[in-house]
Amino acid sequence: MKLTMKVNGREVTGEVEGRTLLVDFLRSDLRLTGTHVGCDTSQCGACTVHVNGELVKSCTMFAAEADGAEIATIEGAAAEDGTLSAIQQAFQDHHGLQCGYCTPGMVMTAASLLKENPKPTEHEVRQYLEGNICRCTGYHNIVKAIMAASGQEMPAMAAE
Amino acid sequence: MYAFDIARPTTLDEAKAAIAAGGQALSGGQTLIPTLKARLAMPETLVSLHGIADLKGVSTDSAGRICVKGATVHRAVAEAVADSFPALSYLASRIGDPAVRNRGTIGGSVANNDPSACYPAAVLACDATVCTDRREIAADDYFQGMFTTALEEDEIVTEVKFPVPQAAAYEKFIQPASRFPLVAVFVARFADGVRVAITGASESGVFRWSAAEEALSANFTPDALDGLSVDADGMIGDLHGSKDYRAHLCGVMAKRAVARAV
Ligand SMILES: Cc1cc2nc3c(=O)[nH]c(=O)nc-3n(C[C@H](O)[C@H](O)[C@H](O)COP(=O)(O)OP(=O)(O)OC[C@H]3O[C@@H](n4cnc5c(N)ncnc54)[C@H](O)[C@@H]3O)c2cc1C
Ligand code: FES
Ligand code: FES
Repeated sequence: MKLTMKVNGREVTGEVEGRTLLVDFLRSDLRLTGTHVGCDTSQCGACTVHVNGELVKSCTMFAAEADGAEIATIEGAAAEDGTLSAIQQAFQDHHGLQCGYCTPGMVMTAASLLKENPKPTEHEVRQYLEGNICRCTGYHNIVKAIMAASGQEMPAMAAE
Repeated sequence: MYAFDIARPTTLDEAKAAIAAGGQALSGGQTLIPTLKARLAMPETLVSLHGIADLKGVSTDSAGRICVKGATVHRAVAEAVADSFPALSYLASRIGDPAVRNRGTIGGSVANNDPSACYPAAVLACDATVCTDRREIAADDYFQGMFTTALEEDEIVTEVKFPVPQAAAYEKFIQPASRFPLVAVFVARFADGVRVAITGASESGVFRWSAAEEALSANFTPDALDGLSVDADGMIGDLHGSKDYRAHLCGVMAKRAVARAV
């Protein structure tokens, strides 16, 4: 079937099968490979994007269901000239990534959190990240980065 | 996944026709899509309920019941009933993770009746009514064992109507890998007695703990549960917890729920 959607502000069209996942349409058809597939079983959140402003695991939604929707992916996070978003910059400053595989999903999730809750507590950040798994960092620096991006001082963490 | 078509109806009648013609309902897809990936289902057509405005929303009826339309996502329920039914709001706000709550729906959850799903505990404890495209089913008749319900093959859950308890709480012991309950308990006190429903624990799916209901109806305090226990026979035993452990957790989580509700 034919579909049309807006991805990072740009109108795109495509031809998909019913079973085509949104993540496969983004990665294979649009070549937007910043969105990762970590598990393909809805557990890890590496594939997280925004659909009409809402956080969604793009491996657990069909492309056909996004027909007519506005999609935001990690490729749209930085400014046109490459200037990183505040969240991306905070991940860099606070060493919030190691291999980087989970990072696109983490950044998209953090963006949703800060939109809903601009000054979250550490506990709220950790709870919001429940669907995003990182095998490298142990999460502390990710939490620090998100706290910093929210403009809050980061007190010493209990678990450190 | 095997190949299939996706239909995107905008009215319930169109969806009914498509499902009657052999299609399968697709709501949030948070259970069905992983199932399709594992090739455990082979539908020819998936009928998306997402575009049907009449299947979304939360309202209160003349009897004071909270009525949640079948394709309402968990997040919308959590927000809509935050003041009117905090225990249900809490339950919805702790399902899975934020992305799952943006897609997964109450209709999909009660239709699927996973033995560890959250909503069935609230539906059963509140004596809620499951409304479909053809009838109304009382909670006690609706849940018929693990992944089994009173629904017919092509029946669509259109709404769930919850009587609002005088006091209620949901306590979930999270299995950290899946974020489903290892064991969770919903306690609801009504004028005519207390109902206690437990999910995650039993091989027969969600169930009512009648001994606890009797004790709590006489005395609605955590201490009323002292000395009561759930039989480990028939509990789920797996690598996350033995039968005995789950049986023990039933008591612990029920006490916590009562402590929170009073
Ligand atoms: C990572 C993760 C964590 C999760 N954690 C939890 C948790 O903690 N607690 C919990 O309860 N659940 C949890 N879930 C499951 C989630 O709540 C699902 O959204 C829910 O179980 C199914 O709802 P759905 O709308 O996604 O249904 P779908 O996946 O679309 O459908 C499920 C089944 O129900 C049928 N169906 C769907 N809608 C209807 C309808 N209206 N009428 C009749 N049949 C219908 C479908 O045909 C299918 O067979 C989790 C899921 C994931 C991926
Ligand atoms: S790839 Fe989508 S949740 Fe892991
Ligand atoms: S940085 Fe490697 S998975 Fe998170």
